[in-house]
Amino acid sequence: MRSRGLTPAAGYAAVSRWIAALGLAALLAADLHVTSLHPWADLQRLLGGLVRPDFLAVEAASILYTVAFAVLGVGLGAGAGFLLAIPFARFRSVRIACALLRAVHELFWALLLMQVFGLSATTGILAIALPYAGICAKVYAEIIEEADLAALRALPAGTGTVSAFAYARLPEVAGAIRAYTFYRLECGLRSTLVLGFIGLPTMGFYLESAFRQGRYGEAGAWLLAFYALIGTRRLWVRGWTLPLLAAGSVLVLPATVGAVEIGASLARFLGHDIVPAPLRGAALLAPESWPATGAALWAWFRPILTGQILPGAVQTLVLAQIALVATAVGALLLFPLTSRRFTGPLGRPLGRVLLVTLRSTPEYMLAYVALQLLGPSMLPAILALSIHNAGIIGYLLGRHADGLSYRPDAPRGLNLYAYETVPRLYGQFLAYLLYRWEIILRESAIFGILGVATLGFYVDAAIAELRLDVAAVLILATALLAIAVDALSRALRRSLRIADLPVRLAGPHARPAPEPLTA
Amino acid sequence: MRAWFRGFAVLAAVWSLVGAATAQTAPREPARPFVFTGIPDQDESRLVERFGRVAAYLEGKLGVPVRYIPVKNYPAAVTAFTNGQVQLAWFGGFTGVQARKAVPGSQAIAQGAEDAAFKTYFIANAATGLARAADFPKVIAGKTFTFGSRASTSGRLMPEHFIRQAFPGKTPEEVFARVGFSGDHSRTIQLVQSGAFEVGAVDYTVWDLDTKAGKVDPKTVSVIWESPAYPDYQWTVRGDLDAVYGTGFTERLKAALVGITDPAILEPFGRSKFIPVTSEAYVPLIEVGRSTGLLD
Repeated sequence: MRSRGLTPAAGYAAVSRWIAALGLAALLAADLHVTSLHPWADLQRLLGGLVRPDFLAVEAASILYTVAFAVLGVGLGAGAGFLLAIPFARFRSVRIACALLRAVHELFWALLLMQVFGLSATTGILAIALPYAGICAKVYAEIIEEADLAALRALPAGTGTVSAFAYARLPEVAGAIRAYTFYRLECGLRSTLVLGFIGLPTMGFYLESAFRQGRYGEAGAWLLAFYALIGTRRLWVRGWTLPLLAAGSVLVLPATVGAVEIGASLARFLGHDIVPAPLRGAALLAPESWPATGAALWAWFRPILTGQILPGAVQTLVLAQIALVATAVGALLLFPLTSRRFTGPLGRPLGRVLLVTLRSTPEYMLAYVALQLLGPSMLPAILALSIHNAGIIGYLLGRHADGLSYRPDAPRGLNLYAYETVPRLYGQFLAYLLYRWEIILRESAIFGILGVATLGFYVDAAIAELRLDVAAVLILATALLAIAVDALSRALRRSLRIADLPVRLAGPHARPAPEPLTA
Repeated sequence: MRAWFRGFAVLAAVWSLVGAATAQTAPREPARPFVFTGIPDQDESRLVERFGRVAAYLEGKLGVPVRYIPVKNYPAAVTAFTNGQVQLAWFGGFTGVQARKAVPGSQAIAQGAEDAAFKTYFIANAATGLARAADFPKVIAGKTFTFGSRASTSGRLMPEHFIRQAFPGKTPEEVFARVGFSGDHSRTIQLVQSGAFEVGAVDYTVWDLDTKAGKVDPKTVSVIWESPAYPDYQWTVRGDLDAVYGTGFTERLKAALVGITDPAILEPFGRSKFIPVTSEAYVPLIEVGRSTGLLD
C-alpha cells in the first residue's frame, strides 16, 4: 500500500539502494590503489606463528587485567549510561554530551585521560567507561522509549515518579538492558586491547608488541587466548557471577608506578592544554581586546578547518560509507553460519568459531596484513573495518535468526534464506547497520599507518604534536559528524519503523519481539 | 530478573569502592621510587632489556628504588613526563624538546656519544631501482613514503626537514604519492622490505641493530641516502628532582649515567658511552620543529 509516504517494505528497499548507491559513489571518490608487493615472507611467518602458537608466552596476569578493566569500565559506563538514559530523550544537551562521549575513540580517551591521571588503572577504566556511558545512555534510552506503557497506565493516580519508574517501567526494560549490558561487556573486552597501546598491561599490550616485532608465535598464542576469552564469555558472565567479577576486578587492578599530582594536572589540562592557543593568557574580560583575540582565534582555526576538518571529514565519510556497504554484504553472507536453521547443530559451532575469530581480531592487525598484501591506500582500512564489523553484525543477526519462529512447512536452504529469513530480519539488519555507521566513523582513527587522512588521522597527529587544543577541536568536529549521522539514522529508523531495535540488540528476550515485516 | 537487580545493587556498591580505591593512586611514601621511561622507538624486547639493566644499575648507584615504566607510544612517554609520573626519560631529540617546553625547569643531562651527530637513513625497496647517492635523492618524489612515529626525530622531524629543503614550498604529502606513519623504526624497515611502502626514513642505529640481528634482507631493501648530522636522543630530567630526592641528586644521576661503562647496558642502546649535554644542544631542533610546523 502506498497510501502516505513509503510503506516499510518500499522504505527498506529505497534505503538499501541509497546506501549502496552512496557506497558506489564513495568508491569512485576513494583512493584505492593496489601495489604489487612481495609480502609472502612476512605473511608466511605470520601464518606459521598462528599455526605454532607459543602459549608459554601468555601471562595469566594480563588476562585478569583485561577482564578487570572490561568489567569495571563497562560497569561504570553502563551505570552512568543508565542514569543518563533517563533524561536522554528530554534534553538535547544530554544527547549531545553523550554523542561527544561516544565520538572519541578509546585510544584518544586513554591519551587524554593520561594527561591527568597518568598511566594508571583510573585512566584505563575511565577510557572505557566514558565512551560506554555515551553508548549505553543512547541504547538504554531507546529501550526505555520503546517499552510497553501498559503497566504505567494501570498505576493508580498519585503514584510518585520514582515508584512509577521502579515498578512500571524498569521491570519492562530490565531484560533487554541486561542482555545489552552483557553484550557490551564483550565489546569492553575488545576495547581493553587498545589500552595496551598506551602501556596498560592488558592482553593488547603484549599482543601488539609481539605482533609489531614479528614474534608471530607469541602473537598467535595471545590471539588464540583472546578468542577463547571472548568465545567463552557467555559461560562466565552471568547474573550471579557479576558481583564476583566486579569485586575480583577491583582486587586485581594493576598498581600504579609513580605518582601524579592529579589536581595540578587537571588544572593544567583544562586551564591551559585544551584552551585554544590564542586564548591562553588573553585578557578575555576586557571587551576592547575581543576583536584582536577573535581575529587571532580565527587565524588559528581557519587552517584547521580548511586543512584538516573538511578534507578529513570527506575522507572519513567516504571510508565509512564504503566500509558500511562491504559490512552489509559480509554480514548477510555470514549470519547463516551461526544460525541453526542453515548450518544445523554440527555446523553452527564452527560458524560461531569463525565469527568470534572475525569480530575479535583487532582491526589494526587486519589492516596491517591487508597493507602488506595490497599496499597503502584506503583499501586495507576498508577491508579491516568491514571484516570486523561484518563479524559483529553477522553474529547479532545469527542470534536473532535463531529466535525467529517458522511455520512447520517453511522452505529450506536458499529459498528459506532469500524468501523468509532475510526479509524478516531486514529491518533489524538495517538498524544494526545504521548503528555501526557511527562506530566505523570512530574506528577509522587508528589507521595512520596507511596514510589515509581521516579525521582520526589528524587527531592522532595533533596528539603527537602535543597540540591538545587542536585535538580537542578535531574531536569536537568528529563528534558533530557523529551527531549528524546519528540524527540521520534516527530519522531513517523512525520512518522505517524499526525503532524497536535496541530491545533486540543482544539476543535472548523475555518475550518475542514484534516483527515489523511479517505482513 | 531479581538476581539481576541484586547483582546491580552489588555492582553499584562496588563502583563506589572503585572510586575510593582509584582515588588514592598517589600514595605519599617517604621513599618515593624514582621512575623513568623511554620512547618506544624500536623492538620492545630490546627496550625492556636495556631499560631493565639501566634501572638495576641506577638503583645501585643512587640508593633509591628505581622503576622503569614501559609506554607504547611517543606522546604517552612525553605525557608521563609532563604530568610528573616519571622524573627521568630517554627522549628523542624532538620529544625532548616537547617535554622540556611543557615542563619548566626540566633539562637535558646526558646523551649518547653518537647522539651529538645523529643520522637518518633513507631506505628503499629494491624494486624502485634506486641506488645509494651522496646527494638528496630527488627521484623519490612521487613514490610512496613512510615515516616512523609521528613525533620521532630521526623518523619524522629531520627527514621531513630535509624533504622540505629539497622540495621548497612543498609538504611531504605533496611530494609523495602517499605518506604513512609506521609507528616505529623496526616497522618502517619491515614495510619497506615487503614493498608496502617504496621508500622510508629510519634511525641509523636501529637499521644497524636490525641488520646485525638478521632482520634485514639486503637483496630487497637498502640505504639510498645518509642525512647530514643533527643532535638526537638524550636523558632529560624534571627540575624538581633535588627537592624530592635531596640536594645534588640531579648531579649524582648525571654522573651515574655518564659513568656507565658496562657494555651489557650500552650495547642494547647502540651507544658506545653517555656524555654530558645541556638543553642548548637541542636548540637547532626547535628551529626545525617550527619551520616544519610541528612546534609552535
